[in-house]
Amino acid sequence: MNAPLHLWLIPLLPLAAFFLNGILGGRLPKWLVSAIGVLAPLASFALVVNAARGLIGVAPGPSLPYVETSPFAWINVGALHVDFSFVLDQLSMVMLLVVTGVGFLIHVYSVGYMHEDEGYARYFSFLNLFLFFMTTLVLAGNILLMFVGWEGVGLASYLLIGFWYRKPSAADAGKKAFIVNRIGDFGFLIGIFLLLGAFGTFTFSEIAARLAASPAWQGDILTVICLCLLTGAAGKSAQLPLYVWLPDAMEGPTPVSALIHAATMVTAGVYMIARTHFLFDRSPFALGTVAIVGAATAFFAATMGLVQNDIKRVLAYSTISQLGYMFLACGVAAYSAAIFHLMTHAFFKALLFLAAGSVIHAVGGEQDMRKMGGLWRAMPITFWTMTAAVLAISGIFPFAGFFSKDAILYAAFLQGSFGKTLWAVGFVTALLTAIYMFRLWYMTFFGAPRGEAHPHHATPASMLGPMVVLGLLSLCGGWIGIERFSNYLAPATGAHRVPSITGHLELYLSLAAIAIALEGWLIADKYYRRKPGRPAQLAAAMVGAYKLLFNKYYVDELYGAVFVRPLLAIAKYLLGWVVDTAIVGGAAWLLGGIATFSGAFLQGWQSGNLRSYAAWLAFGAAAALLFALLAGSPHAWGLTFFHAEPIYKLSHIAVAYFGQARR
Amino acid sequence: MSLHQDVPLAWYLLLSAALFSLGVTGFLIKRNLITVFMSIEVMLNGVNLSFVAFAHQWHAVKGQIFVFFVMMVAAAEAAVGLAIIIAVFRARATLAVDRIDLMKL
Amino acid sequence: MDFRGLNRKLRRPSPNRPVFRLQPVSGGTMYLILFFVFAGFCLAGAINLLLQSHPINSALSLIVVMTSLAVLYLLLGAEFLAIAQIIVYSGAIMVLFTFVVMLLNAGREERTLGSRAARIVGFPAVVALLAVLATAILRAQGLGAAALNQGVTSTQDLSRVLFHELLLPFEVTSVLILIAILGAVALTRFEGAIASDAERTASK
Repeated sequence: MNAPLHLWLIPLLPLAAFFLNGILGGRLPKWLVSAIGVLAPLASFALVVNAARGLIGVAPGPSLPYVETSPFAWINVGALHVDFSFVLDQLSMVMLLVVTGVGFLIHVYSVGYMHEDEGYARYFSFLNLFLFFMTTLVLAGNILLMFVGWEGVGLASYLLIGFWYRKPSAADAGKKAFIVNRIGDFGFLIGIFLLLGAFGTFTFSEIAARLAASPAWQGDILTVICLCLLTGAAGKSAQLPLYVWLPDAMEGPTPVSALIHAATMVTAGVYMIARTHFLFDRSPFALGTVAIVGAATAFFAATMGLVQNDIKRVLAYSTISQLGYMFLACGVAAYSAAIFHLMTHAFFKALLFLAAGSVIHAVGGEQDMRKMGGLWRAMPITFWTMTAAVLAISGIFPFAGFFSKDAILYAAFLQGSFGKTLWAVGFVTALLTAIYMFRLWYMTFFGAPRGEAHPHHATPASMLGPMVVLGLLSLCGGWIGIERFSNYLAPATGAHRVPSITGHLELYLSLAAIAIALEGWLIADKYYRRKPGRPAQLAAAMVGAYKLLFNKYYVDELYGAVFVRPLLAIAKYLLGWVVDTAIVGGAAWLLGGIATFSGAFLQGWQSGNLRSYAAWLAFGAAAALLFALLAGSPHAWGLTFFHAEPIYKLSHIAVAYFGQARR
Repeated sequence: MSLHQDVPLAWYLLLSAALFSLGVTGFLIKRNLITVFMSIEVMLNGVNLSFVAFAHQWHAVKGQIFVFFVMMVAAAEAAVGLAIIIAVFRARATLAVDRIDLMKL
Repeated sequence: MDFRGLNRKLRRPSPNRPVFRLQPVSGGTMYLILFFVFAGFCLAGAINLLLQSHPINSALSLIVVMTSLAVLYLLLGAEFLAIAQIIVYSGAIMVLFTFVVMLLNAGREERTLGSRAARIVGFPAVVALLAVLATAILRAQGLGAAALNQGVTSTQDLSRVLFHELLLPFEVTSVLILIAILGAVALTRFEGAIASDAERTASK
């Protein structure tokens, strides 16, 4: 029997910290704000570690899946019964370790990074709010609760992207992220409704059981549901065609980019697909769509990352590209590989952002790589940890990224000719990844210092500590090996395991992957270290292609022309003029006019003159009397058009009353 | 209608109607608030007369009791009404109905 | 006085059938004359009330109207009401009226545009009202005639009905009068309070 794990505390501790810092933060001393903001994720992390004893091997852990249900119902309508239920299985365990672990490290980092900011308490309260929603999303035992977390992280993301709300670009980026996510969430919501219609329940385990009971059920409504869920996942995880918000989201503070827009929130889409894998398994078409979306996103984002000059934007495109890898893995039903890459990516991408933040912090807020350079001597710890992360993301053995990316490519390669195409795209993307990551590395740390940006801030220990920890994880995080990882996850993500690298084919594939990564390094080395003039020449030679990439394929402009402008026009002309001014305003004007005119008309009677009231009263009484008379005996008056039975009866009643009294 | 001994009920009723109409007239044309109030009393008395006449005609005691109640209520009404008139006069220093056209003191 | 009849009445109470019978002295002509005299007083008083422009004259006319009505009530056999009419109406209420008239020192009515309009519109309207009422009364069939020999409703009969069947309304009426007294006191006092408030603020 399990000892209670108190899963409900994992989200609620950050929520408590959110309220404390959000309400009282402005009045508390800064050290207390930091303590509250950091200790809450630490406590959550400790709870998760306690629950993960079995994974670590310290003690016999709880038997999974471990379910915790609220003692009260959340929704109880007719046949629909929804609880607040938290489910801990292998999948949510791994995800929780990543979320709370990396989350805790980034909170620590933020203490140093945001120390000078006036919105310090607000920042920490938002960050804690994010953790609350993210852990809710991960732990959710039904898809409705997951949706609550899903929307909540969107809210936290919006708040943190627009954290420096006085900057118009930051506020706009927040809105853009929110609106693009709404499009995805719309699909997600439709999917949830369809799910309820098809299964009558929101609970994951019940849906899985229902599906297991009917093994022949494939396609039809399941495909529709999966495509709707994919829309939601594509919005949250910045996949084609909804990726446009993520590069702009870099307007937020860098630790936020590291936590939300690299390590955790954007992987929620991958997590959601893995969580509902039993649905996707029944729909090959949806799976194929996921794979194609993932591969296409990985490739396009990588090409766009090649030419960006803003250090955070390069990382943003690389994030989109890596998320594409994860989708690709999901699309070939290699969920464990996707989660594996999710984990390693969380380590090295968080580290990349933190290191980039350290650089930005050091050079006084400059983000343009063209104005950096030669920084490696000035900030050795940042340089070495960043190097580990770059090697990891490029997929160089034995860093973490190698194992996970290799597992994905291998899993894709096994899926027939379709899979081989995916593999080829992934392979080329790996080359591009290596090129743009080493380009970033060279431009930032090597060469002569460009511009007037010189390191003039020492990076505090609270920032360096998390970077070192993440650097070690980027190095060692993959050593667990995909086979063991797959086996561990198997109860939660089904029996699709990715075999480890044993045979010749696998070995060759791995060697090819390492070779292509090294090739990317060499290209970057050649263009950005040995011959620094070449990139400009190349850009001049292929001006069309360069402009296309530099302007990000004009996707923002395309969306603007196709969606935003028509919507704005509809809002302005149809809604604004026709509906609002003409219909709503006209109706209001009409109502007001009727009231005014009838008031002006009736005002004449309400003179306040007692006599006029009395005259009306007498007139009314006389009219009623006349009416009663005429109605009482119409024939005697020769009038037959009065048929006022009630009044006639009234007079009869009066007569009967006195008549009775006479007797 | 013969005059041989009894007064026809209709005559009482006509007198009652005439009193009532005179009361209405007074209410409409008198310009002093107190006189207007007196006109109301005339109307009440006109109605009372027809009550008594009917009660007599149909031997109904309750008709008389109704008149009794009307008297009581008229007494109460006179007390409150005159108090209001005093209050109005204090606030406005006039009793002209045409000058008192706001529904407040 | 017919004591035998009274005794019979006491032995066998019957609220609806009058027992106390006055024999008509000299047929109905006497009542007819009385009716015309007092109906005339009544109408004359009411018309005078309209014509007088000073409220105190109107009040005195109203007393004439009420007292003549009391006589008519007596003719209709309502002796208790006749007495009550004199005591309550002519006495209490009209004393109150004259009191207020004198207290406020109400002068002659002033002539305004509104009053002239009321005359022009009011008189025809009232004549029409009277015509309608009269038509209704005259057209009614089987009204019969009122003769004193049909009996007098004794106070005893009246009080039996009043205190047996209608006790609750009676008590409610007494409460109503109590409230009216309180209201009258409060209304007159309240104004004084406001006036003293205004004086206080003015003196500041």
